[in-house]
Amino acid sequence: MPIIEGERITKHFGGLAAVANVDFHINQGEIVGLIGPNGAGKTTLFNLISGAFPPTAGKIRLKGEDITRMKPYQICRGGVARTFQSVKVFSNMTVLENVLLGSLFGRSIGIRIPDANKAEAMELLEFVELSAKKGSLAKDLTIANQKRLEVARALATKPELLLLDEVVAGLNPTEVAQVIELIKKIRNKGITVFMIEHVMKAIMDISDRIIVLHHGEKIAEGTPGEIATSQTVIEVYLGK
Amino acid sequence: MVIIRANPKRFFPLLCSILILILIILAIIPGYVLPYYTSLLISIFLYIVLTVSWGTFCGPTGYISLASAAFLGIGMYVTALLGEEFPLPLVVLFGGLASFLFALLVGSASLRIRGIFFAMFTFGLGEFLRHLVSWWEVSIIGRVGRWVISADYITIYYTMLIILVMTLLTSYTIRHSRFGLALRSIGEEEEAADHIGININAVKIITFAITSFWIGATGAIIATQWGYVRPDIAFDMFYSFMPTLMALFGGIGIMYGWILGAAVFTVIAELLLTEFPYYYMLIFGIVIVSVLLFFPSGLAGAIQKWRKGGLVE
Repeated sequence: MPIIEGERITKHFGGLAAVANVDFHINQGEIVGLIGPNGAGKTTLFNLISGAFPPTAGKIRLKGEDITRMKPYQICRGGVARTFQSVKVFSNMTVLENVLLGSLFGRSIGIRIPDANKAEAMELLEFVELSAKKGSLAKDLTIANQKRLEVARALATKPELLLLDEVVAGLNPTEVAQVIELIKKIRNKGITVFMIEHVMKAIMDISDRIIVLHHGEKIAEGTPGEIATSQTVIEVYLGK
Repeated sequence: MVIIRANPKRFFPLLCSILILILIILAIIPGYVLPYYTSLLISIFLYIVLTVSWGTFCGPTGYISLASAAFLGIGMYVTALLGEEFPLPLVVLFGGLASFLFALLVGSASLRIRGIFFAMFTFGLGEFLRHLVSWWEVSIIGRVGRWVISADYITIYYTMLIILVMTLLTSYTIRHSRFGLALRSIGEEEEAADHIGININAVKIITFAITSFWIGATGAIIATQWGYVRPDIAFDMFYSFMPTLMALFGGIGIMYGWILGAAVFTVIAELLLTEFPYYYMLIFGIVIVSVLLFFPSGLAGAIQKWRKGGLVE
């Protein structure tokens, strides 16, 4: 059963159609990759799913429920978490506070800061191997670690679907391998992953399925093997 | 060098006893000093309430509000209108409530706008109220200004002391609850805060309104000290700029910085005004500029630096 599905999603920015008539669905427990050249509309699609702005037309359903016009915080509490292409950690707060915020607001609301949330935040820092840096300010981390922190913060909201926007980009080969391991661990927790990536090795390795966007339209969809040999995809990436 | 850090948990009882001691001293002091010092304390309390209220919302979020004068003026006019019909404590409560409701209304309309636009909007708010009330008094009532019931300075002193303590408690609670964390995250990365489940508009509006409550209550009691309100006195923009300046002067991110900033600022202003009535503004300007130049994070920043032993390199 699809955890999330989009029906003829369209987003216009002025006269430009950033995303045009895209249909997609992600099944429970899958890792799905989203690729395409720069400006293809990948991040726009993520922003539409997470509620950063509403689509011009089309419908998005989360577990059958229409979430098309909902606010980001509502969609987050509904079970969708994300990271950002340009890292958006809370720079002047500690690593622990960053994650704590996700676990405090991702679901229930109260006034005090319960110890249970702190324990949970520590566990997640352990999970992304950042527990040694819990007291550091987020801005003092390396980019690779800031990306891990964003993943931990997203996981703290207890998502069922995690949107990863270029978590591997800009990392060295060792770090790439570590992040790939991390994504596999996340899937093993039962969390569905939808990820944008330019690093082909990363996406080919771990995706169950890949969706290709070009000029805002979906031009291909299939297993990594199918995508790698698809004539249309090769033309889009390498030119005719 | 080995730095021995005080364990905050072990330090807590000591800190509490010091605070209670200060409170007791403040509670009995009017009986022992000249009325002049009591009224100086009243104005120190006034500025601490303004600055702490301002800092609680604007400090972590980075939204610069210039609406303090509007909330203070609303409180004053509540006393002017209802002062004779209700007992004083109720009037003070109504003053706070009126400010709270106004902030809720304005907040829902304006907190979507950010940065300098928010500052300009809130600045316009105070001016708008001033002109509106002026117009109302001139055209509808036909008489500018109103006499207000007056209270004796001891009553005013104790009311201000209660409002001050409540403001500090409110601010402390907000800063140490999950709302405090949320406010900081909004100041850091509003979009990310929105995406991890924080209802950013609700958090901003509610905090803005709660902090405005005590400003309104202060306005309501201070009006009884002045005995007379007029739109240009009640909605004087001076009271919007002061909290901003005092918070900068004391240290914008730290709660004791706001208290220190407001208290020191008021005392310096008072001293300069009485000692050098002609050069008051000139000297005052130099003091402010030097503090901000040499200690960009204010008095509190300077203290922190000194405690780390780095002030004299």
